[in-house]
Amino acid sequence: MIVKQLWSFIRKEAMHIFRDKRTLVVLFVMPLAQILIFGYVISTEIKDARIGVLDNARDYSSRQVIDRLVSSGYFMVQDYYSGREQMENALRRGDIQMAVVFAPDFGSSMERPDGAQVQFIADASDANTARILVNYAEGIVAGYEIESTDVTNRRKKPLVVEARMFYNPSLRGVFMSVPGIMAMILILVSAMMTSISITREKEYGSMEVLLISPLQPWQIILGKVAPYVILSLVNAFSILAIGVFVFHVPMSGSYLLLTFVSLLYILLALSLGIFISTVAPNQMVAMFISLFALMLPTILLSGFIYPIENMPVWLQWFSHLMPPRYYISALKDIMFKGAGLFVVWKEVLIMTGFLVAFLFLSIRNFKVRLE
Amino acid sequence: MIDVDSLSKKYGQVPALCDLSFKVRKGELFGVIGPDGAGKSTLFRIILSLLLPDSGKVRVMGLDPVKDYKSIRKIVGYMPGKFSLYEDLSVEENLNFFASVFGTSIEENYHLIKDIYQQIEPFRKRPAGKLSGGMKQKLALSCALIHKPELLVLDEPTTGVDAVSRSEFWAMLHQLKEFGITIIVSTPYMDEASRCDRVALMQKGKILEVATPGEIVNGFQKTLFGVSIGNMYRLILDCRDFEMVETVFPFGEELHLTFKGGGDHSEELREFLKSRGRDEVSIRVIQPGIEDRFMALMGTS
Repeated sequence: MIVKQLWSFIRKEAMHIFRDKRTLVVLFVMPLAQILIFGYVISTEIKDARIGVLDNARDYSSRQVIDRLVSSGYFMVQDYYSGREQMENALRRGDIQMAVVFAPDFGSSMERPDGAQVQFIADASDANTARILVNYAEGIVAGYEIESTDVTNRRKKPLVVEARMFYNPSLRGVFMSVPGIMAMILILVSAMMTSISITREKEYGSMEVLLISPLQPWQIILGKVAPYVILSLVNAFSILAIGVFVFHVPMSGSYLLLTFVSLLYILLALSLGIFISTVAPNQMVAMFISLFALMLPTILLSGFIYPIENMPVWLQWFSHLMPPRYYISALKDIMFKGAGLFVVWKEVLIMTGFLVAFLFLSIRNFKVRLE
Repeated sequence: MIDVDSLSKKYGQVPALCDLSFKVRKGELFGVIGPDGAGKSTLFRIILSLLLPDSGKVRVMGLDPVKDYKSIRKIVGYMPGKFSLYEDLSVEENLNFFASVFGTSIEENYHLIKDIYQQIEPFRKRPAGKLSGGMKQKLALSCALIHKPELLVLDEPTTGVDAVSRSEFWAMLHQLKEFGITIIVSTPYMDEASRCDRVALMQKGKILEVATPGEIVNGFQKTLFGVSIGNMYRLILDCRDFEMVETVFPFGEELHLTFKGGGDHSEELREFLKSRGRDEVSIRVIQPGIEDRFMALMGTS
């Protein structure tokens, strides 16, 4: 009897969802559009960055350095300049992102104790890219220096810093986007859709009839969320599939663990949605709470786009309250590092805590009466 | 069946119900009649355990809607004021849903809803949102009845429904009485009061009178006159100017009018109106209706 009641409630909910074709299209197309947009448009990765060369030395060593920069794949020589002014103009116009300037005696001075001079001038109007370009170029030049110095002639052992970007060696932005978009879409679909569908019953007056029925509050809540669990899982895997097959995002961890963590996060988002619906009197309010209280913080504070370490301290504290933060962190560990449960247990534990808290609040707040 | 004792309810500072007391007997078709804002829906929701009263006692078959709300919800059927079924589900799906939620099936209680449901059965595949007002109302009634409730609570079921459907609807309610179901129904239409066994007249959160429709009409002790003339424009103002007139209300094509002391001063009124240039006025004695009584009670309270 109880199971039959619940089942007919779930079936009714599923019918609402599948008959609303427009919402359904949005639900499935939105994640795909998002991942494609984030994957193709927003990219912090360095590939064929345009550089200009002002080679005052024109010797063997300077050629070597330029060849190495180009062959790394990160840089592409846009132009060679004969004067400093010409180079600065190109930089100002944005023709090039970075200029490489060699001192007149570059090659010969490499043998001298005070060393040779090469200068990188980057267009820092895009600060992030500029920093990455200079770092990369420095690394390449340093490599050249070590190789070209004769070991026996070396006066002292040089201090070698070798920076390597693990897990995302080419710093490809889309790697970062996939976990972020999954976190955002799932919380949006789960929390917003459930809170709207529960408040819709309040608004249309059908909640009055449901309350009068022998349905228990937990049956109403469970019946509401069950279809969205499946919908959200489908969404999670479609984002993941595009990430892996279109953008070649690595997936080195276990799919089982990924599913488990995603399911936990979906349940957390759903319980948040239920909680919102117990507070919001109508669909409009539910939607605004979901959008402003969930989506913006997810984008801004969870480390999805802006690194948490760069935030002011009080915002960093605040970001600890953002459930997506833990999901994104767990996803990255699983996907890029192939981490197991032993690595992500902390995130799993925190998300479980959130889930229990929201469920408790929702059940406590669920009104068996109209006021 | 229902026992309401000095019930009061406020929304913030606004009083919705003030000190209501009445009883509904088992198997009765009980009407709550009053204009919009009289407090009918609030009263029903308190009886149904959907709202909490501020003070006073309510018993539904001996159960307290505050404490025993779970038991009450098992024995009542409720049709809220606005159409509250799922518009994107078909007629059949709506009925099936409510049947299974209440732990029953359409087949089990089909005899109860047969007469009503047969009228909408040809449209059973149609989404509920695409039904006419009268059909929506029949579907909502079927859904409220499907679990064979002992008490059926209908909040303004005939509002927004055409006259023919309204009349059919009352006929259905009388058939349901045959199954021993107690029905309380609210309506703003005074003419529907006569179709109830007993009615409570409500106004501004107070009950003016509880009685059978006949008793209510009999309570109107004065002689009632219907006054009409070819050009009704401002006739009511002219009548009010006559000193012996006590009350005068517009009722369709006539004015309903009583004289001070309840007697007959129709000839004097005729002369008075003539002096105002209103010839050919028709004044006749008429039978008071429930609405006349309602207006009279409103005037005294």
